[in-house]
Amino acid sequence: MLTYLFKPFANIEKGETKQSLLSVILLLFSIVSVMLLTTELAWSSETASAVETAEEISEPIKVAPKMGPSDYRQIGSVSSRAFVWVVAQLHLFLAAFVLAVPLFVTVIEWIGVKTGDQRYDDMAHEFMKVSMTAYSLTALFGGTLALSLFLLYPTFMAYMMEVFGNQVIVYAMLFFLESGVLYIYYYSWYALRYGNKKYVHLSLGVLLNGVGTTLLFVANAWATFMMAPSGVNEAGAVTGGIWDIMRGPLWNPLNLHRFVANIAFGGAVVGAYAGYKMLSARTMAQRAHYDWMGYTSNFIAVLAFLPLPFAGYWLMAEIYAYSQQMGITAMGGILAWLFIVQAVLIGTILLAANYYLWNGMSRCDGSKRYTWLIKYIAFTLVVSFLIWVTPHTLILTAKEIAALGGSHHPLLGPFGIMPAKNIAVNLMLIGTFLSFQLYRRSDKEITVAWAGFGNALMATIYIVAIANVIFLGVYYGYFTNTVYKVGSSVAQVMSTLIVIVAGVTIDTLMFKGAKTLPVTWGKISNRGVYALFALPIAFTWLMALMGYVRSSVRTHWHVYTVIKDNSTDNFIPNIGYAANMMTVATIAFLILILFIFWVASLSETKQELPVNKNANNS
Amino acid sequence: MEVTQEKFIKEEGDLPIIVKVLSFMLFMILVFTGISNLLPQVEGQAPKDTKVDLGALTMESYIAMGETLFSGKGTCTLCHNNMGRAPDIPIMDMEATAIERLKDPQYKGKAKDSESYFQESMIAPSEYIVAGFGKQGDTSTMPIINKAPIELTEVEMGAIVAYLQAKDGGQPTVELPTDAPAIEASPAASAEPPKPTENAQAVLIKNACTACHAVLESPSTIGPELKAVGSRLSKEEIRQSIINPSAVIAEGYPPIMPPDFADKMMVRELEMVVDFLYASKGSAINTDTEKAEPVEEAKKQATDAEVVDGSVTDTMAADTPVEDQIENKQDTTEQKGKE
Repeated sequence: MLTYLFKPFANIEKGETKQSLLSVILLLFSIVSVMLLTTELAWSSETASAVETAEEISEPIKVAPKMGPSDYRQIGSVSSRAFVWVVAQLHLFLAAFVLAVPLFVTVIEWIGVKTGDQRYDDMAHEFMKVSMTAYSLTALFGGTLALSLFLLYPTFMAYMMEVFGNQVIVYAMLFFLESGVLYIYYYSWYALRYGNKKYVHLSLGVLLNGVGTTLLFVANAWATFMMAPSGVNEAGAVTGGIWDIMRGPLWNPLNLHRFVANIAFGGAVVGAYAGYKMLSARTMAQRAHYDWMGYTSNFIAVLAFLPLPFAGYWLMAEIYAYSQQMGITAMGGILAWLFIVQAVLIGTILLAANYYLWNGMSRCDGSKRYTWLIKYIAFTLVVSFLIWVTPHTLILTAKEIAALGGSHHPLLGPFGIMPAKNIAVNLMLIGTFLSFQLYRRSDKEITVAWAGFGNALMATIYIVAIANVIFLGVYYGYFTNTVYKVGSSVAQVMSTLIVIVAGVTIDTLMFKGAKTLPVTWGKISNRGVYALFALPIAFTWLMALMGYVRSSVRTHWHVYTVIKDNSTDNFIPNIGYAANMMTVATIAFLILILFIFWVASLSETKQELPVNKNANNS
Repeated sequence: MEVTQEKFIKEEGDLPIIVKVLSFMLFMILVFTGISNLLPQVEGQAPKDTKVDLGALTMESYIAMGETLFSGKGTCTLCHNNMGRAPDIPIMDMEATAIERLKDPQYKGKAKDSESYFQESMIAPSEYIVAGFGKQGDTSTMPIINKAPIELTEVEMGAIVAYLQAKDGGQPTVELPTDAPAIEASPAASAEPPKPTENAQAVLIKNACTACHAVLESPSTIGPELKAVGSRLSKEEIRQSIINPSAVIAEGYPPIMPPDFADKMMVRELEMVVDFLYASKGSAINTDTEKAEPVEEAKKQATDAEVVDGSVTDTMAADTPVEDQIENKQDTTEQKGKE
């Protein structure tokens, strides 16, 4: 059987493509079958045990444990929460990176096939090379995290194992599968490079991403179960099957949010790699290559980032629908100040992304047609950013309150509430898309007959959308009650999405037959390249921040409403402490990424053959 | 346009690029950390339960307890504020509002007066949705207050009713609790010592022993049956099973009994339960006190303390949680040793 399964590669070498493809499809089918069979076996055994439980009435019901001091352990004087916090965060950073890179690598590889441009294929391979070391580090931190949880929170983990049962075995099997497919995908890159072999390789890429995404979704179920448990009763006893447990109200919103965010994060990290290699380049050819690589990475990061607020909006809406109390704890309660920090981080990301695009326009002389617009976009971004970071209430002394005339500033106070911030964030997204659109148009001279109409239509869409965003925010935000305020934010988001979708559609149609203007890669200023370093730092810190918010909305519950956290760490720490933890995790990740990049570049280094001095002398 | 190498390529004498890049990245990290440390630093503490002396409770302190609970453990002000998420109760005359709502044709509940309306709105909030609030399907966004995650007790909900009735000058009609199965409230409400439950049956019900064990009227089979436990175990073993349930696990049963009963019960309550269960074998209650147990010694020690300094009453000694009693006993012994 194994001989037959691995035969296809030998056949491909001989050019027997049809038979080879059939064999490879069989191989992939077998892998997926094993995966599904494992899943089915695990889940059917879960169902069988549920049936047995129902039949054997005398068997005691296993309810959630009530945690006491003996259910928690500590390593010396190190806080268990702090330890698990950093290890979990590092595992998540690395996992997000290694799950994201193959996603866009497969797309880039496919673009290379479609365009016939070999550079895409080389770049895709280089991206994969960078992520390979990260894969084993992810597994190491995953193992450390699991051991830490079992050591420090044994009772809690026993309950989680009770609830998820054999699903964890499915997770482990998927991990084996992911490893196998990843290594085959990477190491067969040059063996399966041209013709039909390339499609075999692309299929492996699709399979790799299928398994990786499934892994992500399985692990997400654990996090969302802790936030909004399903498939258990009030006492925590399991009442449903594994599917009921996984399919909680927050599972799909988190799946989407993490899937999209991972791509943005992965793009930003490899962008930093490209940026560093570009600055270190010794020749203009090298510089041009890494400039292009950096541009592509930034493109991936920003493209994935633009819809991210909408995925976040869905997640937050579902949190509110599940428990308004939980939603307000996040957005209007003790965690609300963290959203000011979030505004700073997202503002940094948008400003950096725009700055990079504006600098990048210098690669093409055709961009001079649009540079006059940059100052207006910059003004909009800065004003919107300032509105976004304006707090609603201020911590003031009695003297300051008297001087101010209240706890809210008479002029700036209205900028502190959500309607103003909704206007600001939507304008920032529209502005960023405009920068992106201008950049895309810089190297093109549109030749379609309806170019004038197309431009007028695009301009009209921008004007109407901006007016709509401002009107909805001002009228429904300040002159009606909360119900309309929340509802109007959906219409604002739709306005922004319409601009993005219409912009991409109209440009795609207008670019048909367009004359391409010369682009000089490597011509961007070194200062502009530093935006590629700002992005991954802001993304990493943002990921740590939002992960902390997501986890903290459970307040003093391990599993919300089911298992109370009775440890000494069952409080929400102040923002400064949380920020310091995030910084520790971010710096540790930075060190790991440097190691990963160094290892990747090590494979390119070849030691020169030492000269035998004795031989020369003789 | 030709691009020259000199314009972009690193020159000799420049700082190494890795140093520049890392410095830039670390600077950004420090900016984010600095901003976060400049914001208001507040910790979100988990609610802590303490015992309330119901005997010492006055209506004034009961209303004050309600006000504390309203903005504390009850988390009511999270939504009921001026942000528009829910009716702004602190500025509303709730007594008058309740009467109006009871007359509203949209009202679906069974309350007849403000007291029962406030009670009902906490445990069945969808019975009346205030216009402009709630979500699709005529359901309220308000959580059920006596369930997780808030878990207010009957006494605590009564305190909130008293507060709502009194906050605008009204006269509370809610009665002061004198005895109830659950007597926990927020720490700010009262620091007075609590009063023990009167008999073993009430203690068993209060601590939900009947949920798992066949005892009193309960036929539950989740835990070992207790109707004849006195014929199987000694008083010492019964006491140990309550204080440290994981010490000996009954064969065929999982170790799921909560280990915190020693924290929750008074010494007197524990002894009542031990005596009751030991007697559950068809014979009369055994009042044998010859075998002095650590807890009993602690009780005796605490009673002795009354004689020493006159500041501890018998009620306080008997009503202190078991674990505290043991600690008190050890402290007192150490003190005596020093003397």
